[in-house]
Amino acid sequence: MRVRLRVDPIKCKAHGMCGELFPERIRMDDWGYPVVDQRALSDDVLEHARRAIVDCPRAALWVEPVDEPGARVRPDDSD
Amino acid sequence: MSVSTDVGSTSQRLLPARAVPEDLDAHLAGFGPRPHLEAVAMLDALDASGLRGRGGADFPTGVKWRAVREHTGRGGDAVVVANAAECEPASFKDRFLLTYRPHLVLDGLEHAAEAVGARRVVIYTTKSHTDVEAALRAAIRERRRRDDSDRFIDVLVGPNRYVAGEETALVSRVSGHLAKPKVVPPRPFQSGVDHLPTLVQNVETLAHAALIARFGAPWFRSVGTERSPGTALLTVSGAVRTPGVLEAACDTTVGDIVDRAGGVDGEPATVLLGGYFGRWVAADRIWNKTIDALSLQSVGASLGTGVLLVATATTCGISETDRVLTFLASQTAGQCGPCHVGLPAIAETFHKVATGRARPAAIDLLVRWSHDIRGRGACRHPDGAMLFLASAMEVFAADLRHHLKNGSCRYSGQRPLLPIPATDAGWW
Ligand SMILES: Cc1cc2nc3c(=O)[nH]c(=O)nc-3n(C[C@H](O)[C@H](O)[C@H](O)COP(=O)(O)O)c2cc1C
Ligand code: SF4
Ligand code: SF4
Repeated sequence: MRVRLRVDPIKCKAHGMCGELFPERIRMDDWGYPVVDQRALSDDVLEHARRAIVDCPRAALWVEPVDEPGARVRPDDSD
Repeated sequence: MSVSTDVGSTSQRLLPARAVPEDLDAHLAGFGPRPHLEAVAMLDALDASGLRGRGGADFPTGVKWRAVREHTGRGGDAVVVANAAECEPASFKDRFLLTYRPHLVLDGLEHAAEAVGARRVVIYTTKSHTDVEAALRAAIRERRRRDDSDRFIDVLVGPNRYVAGEETALVSRVSGHLAKPKVVPPRPFQSGVDHLPTLVQNVETLAHAALIARFGAPWFRSVGTERSPGTALLTVSGAVRTPGVLEAACDTTVGDIVDRAGGVDGEPATVLLGGYFGRWVAADRIWNKTIDALSLQSVGASLGTGVLLVATATTCGISETDRVLTFLASQTAGQCGPCHVGLPAIAETFHKVATGRARPAAIDLLVRWSHDIRGRGACRHPDGAMLFLASAMEVFAADLRHHLKNGSCRYSGQRPLLPIPATDAGWW
């Protein structure tokens, strides 16, 4: 099952931990909130994703199937 | 002349020929009793009709009803909420429809409840729309007296705040909590009011559904285009001579619609389509475009909530945008960082540019920030605000540079064109 990383923007309080633990897919915006790359997670980054999820002090990160029907994600950076 | 004569005519479907509120007698005289359709027949008719939501998102209505029905099947109950919040400051079409044809909306609501299997039915409006609330309560009383309906339709009012009409905020309010949006999933169709599958539908969409139930999908498709069939309610305002709500087939041009609103007082320069989540477009690019989705898409616009606001060259697009951005920033639900920190920062920076107190690099910063916060709130509030900003920066690019340098322009001191309403402080 292909999954992607999501952040709950209501729970997230910009602790910034996730950006350090998973720099491959998370960068911080100018206000310290994470911008999460929402392409499917490849096997080689799954371990870093897991670490970010476990260590987020707000439990604001989760993974969901890329075809989750109720999801609303960030528009592609291409558009 | 009875209203039934409108039904055959092409583009006057939802609104009565004469602007007189219709009571139940007038409604029944014009349309006859509401037909009782099997759920399957109703859903098939909706799919065939190609009806799409008129609350802004343009989502296929049949698909949504089916999704709710499918989830109802699991637990045996669902909720239907008619969205009459209409918190978009430049939009009046939902209130207009509810004032003149409340029973058409209530018919649609009952069809929806039957089709998805809902016991609880609610119509959700806004505190400040007191006339609408009174009209709705009166219409519901009339129906109950007539025993035409076995369902109890509840009227609920939410706070007058821009995001209180967003579907997860509405669901939260109807469930007895603050009218603030929630993270999805779960979407309302999966788990909404009191955790039941919930259909949230704009009131105009429901009125179209009631007509489709009566006259069928081919009738609905007899005007408009393949992708955008039927008619749409529009709030036409700005520099037009007779601003107001009107109904047009979806293959009508912007120019023809403006003519029906009395034409422009002056030379049209720009059009704001879709409200404060919508986009500015140069008038000459859009004047001959029809209002269907594909045609508007070709100029990067969409009909959104049906707001069509015309501005002339004597309107200062920069001060208008400045005021709207400040308003939108003030309407954040304060939950998500990119929205409640980002939007005020963006509005403040734009204000500095508009008043000539910023460096040229501020314009690049605005472009980067506006791209950065898209898709990062629990709801689409920041996305909508940024579409509005991006289009303003494109259409008024030369004016923006002029303001950056001079702090104002010949027209920036004028009476504002875009309405900024007073809103509630609370979320209840
Ligand atoms: C910030 C925000 C505010 C909204 N306000 C309204 C509103 O006032 N009325 C409305 O019908 N839809 C509003 N919507 C859209 C609803 O979330 C929902 O999509 C709509 O009611 C569904 O009905 P429809 O499919 O018939 O359009 C809003 C959306 C957002 C993101
Ligand atoms: S670690 Fe958690 S709370 Fe901190 S920025 Fe990342 S998601 Fe937000
Ligand atoms: S994006 Fe903004 S308006 Fe929407 S829920 Fe988050 S803070 Fe509230």
